[in-house]
Amino acid sequence: MKLSRIAVLALVLCAAAALGFGQSIELVGAGATFPAPFYTKLFDEYNKQFGVKVNYQAIGSGGGQTQLKNKTVDFGASDVVVTDENAKSFPMPFLSIPMVAGSVVITYNLPGSPELKLTPDIVADIFLGTIKKWNDGRIVALNPSVKLPNTAMTVVHRSDGSGTTAVFSDYLAKVSADWKTRVGVGQSLNWPVGVGGKGNPGVAGLVKQLPGGVGYVELIYALQNNMPYALLKNKSGAFIKASLASTSEAANVTIPVDVTKVSLTDSDAAAGYPISTFTWLLVYAEQNYDNRPKAKVEAMMKMIWWMTHEGQQYAEVLSYAKLPKAVVDKAEAILRAVTYGGAPVLK
Amino acid sequence: MLGGIAVSVLLIAIFFSLLLSSRSALVANGFRFLTGATWDPVTDTFQSLPFVIGTLLTSLVALVIATVLSLALGVLMGEYFRSGLFAGIMRTAVELLAGIPSVVYGFIGLFFFVPAVRVIQTAIGAPPYGVGIFTSALLLAFMILPYSASIGREMISLVPADLKEAALSLGATPSETIWKVTLPYARSGILGGVLLSLGRALGETMAVTMVIGNSNSLTFDILGPGNTMASVIANEFSEASSNVYLGSLIEIALLLFVISTLINIAGKIVVNRMAAV
Repeated sequence: MKLSRIAVLALVLCAAAALGFGQSIELVGAGATFPAPFYTKLFDEYNKQFGVKVNYQAIGSGGGQTQLKNKTVDFGASDVVVTDENAKSFPMPFLSIPMVAGSVVITYNLPGSPELKLTPDIVADIFLGTIKKWNDGRIVALNPSVKLPNTAMTVVHRSDGSGTTAVFSDYLAKVSADWKTRVGVGQSLNWPVGVGGKGNPGVAGLVKQLPGGVGYVELIYALQNNMPYALLKNKSGAFIKASLASTSEAANVTIPVDVTKVSLTDSDAAAGYPISTFTWLLVYAEQNYDNRPKAKVEAMMKMIWWMTHEGQQYAEVLSYAKLPKAVVDKAEAILRAVTYGGAPVLK
Repeated sequence: MLGGIAVSVLLIAIFFSLLLSSRSALVANGFRFLTGATWDPVTDTFQSLPFVIGTLLTSLVALVIATVLSLALGVLMGEYFRSGLFAGIMRTAVELLAGIPSVVYGFIGLFFFVPAVRVIQTAIGAPPYGVGIFTSALLLAFMILPYSASIGREMISLVPADLKEAALSLGATPSETIWKVTLPYARSGILGGVLLSLGRALGETMAVTMVIGNSNSLTFDILGPGNTMASVIANEFSEASSNVYLGSLIEIALLLFVISTLINIAGKIVVNRMAAV
């Protein structure tokens, strides 16, 4: 009798130690590859400062959504907003929090790597296969100072499903009716022309190897590899060079009440680069499921808050564009809406 | 015995788990999955013909190249250099080829074969992609060479010496002996080796993905880009968001499983028939 009482007491003490005093909280997240370097840096910094470990697996946006759906991770990450149709297959309502912005650039392989100007309809026609040569009249007319060769274009696209492709095709569908009906928007597409490379390195490698090659990669990737990329005409008629500033600037628009409905592609912002996007973290709106301890939920929410505030200082060092103030405000509202047993987690 | 049962059970289990995971796609895609040539994740249209053709084209072209090379190597190692330092070096080199990881083959393909094929394409006026079905086939030929060449050498060295001596004593030249006595005798074994290595060519993923160009449209142009069943799965599986999409990729795996099995059975029949002659 006495012995069993001692045993129970010991057990309770052990449990208390594990929950409260041990303070070794470990979170698991999975998803998008594009923001992975940024997240890794943030999680590392956060662990140093607050002792919360995060295990983040960059398995792709689709994978991140699936893992959250199956409740195998604490949070998911995705470059694309989950479609309304796809959201129905989740077991519970979830929230999407914008984390950082990025953009997609059009890179090419031409002698001397000139800086080209392109318009939306030219970009659409290149990737539809309608424009076949580099010395096409429309490109020459836009770039009178560049000597364009009579080389055939080789379109290079992603062969793996990717958020980059989703953003790029979302942009093309907005600026070209032809693209919208013939190809559409998605992470994987039925490409009318071209060859596919796996990941940003695959596309970049093929463009570098193929004379006359043209493809799309994330801005960070073009910057890190010194690849030339085109100035793109935005909605207000200005030719914009993609940069961290012009990516953040693309978000300088009226942010709708539901921030997930904001689209930075073909943005109205006068100085914004038109192929820009946010990347998102996904968490369930009600966190009291599967016996998740409250301490863990609180730690996670505090960390995400930190990522959208203090964490933003690491964005530009790593070539990501910071969240604009208006979007941070929206993110705060979303984070406050996360509950544990009906009560908000963050005050 | 136990091992044999375990392997059979495993094989059947693989088949049924593929069948089970792809059942929604089997229903949604219907028979068009086998005959259609459109792969469009945007509209949920999934038809596998481009990948089946791509897989068969790369494997068959690879097989032709590998057969020629492995015959030559087999004769060299089985007839001319049966022992000694050079034979040892050559045998080790061929066997080492089998141990190279396929991603390394992919890089070799990307940095050596792709530029080489581009030179050929430029010379004959084809679009200079460099990547494509032929490049993959060339790479695959080197990847399956160790298997087919080792078996070829083994078979050629097994040809009874009295047969060859009889041919020589009747006045046949050494090359006539090889062509008319040794090779016909070892034929079924050599063919068996080649067909066994076809299994690797059909399923090879990483190296092929890196050099095939990953174009999902139906093509018979050997010099142009294409795609194979294994590489489309590798490319698209992690980001397949809808259930039908995921199921269709698993359906491709199922189809690859069936095709590999059929080719293996066909290979066995051919080898048996030739051995009987």
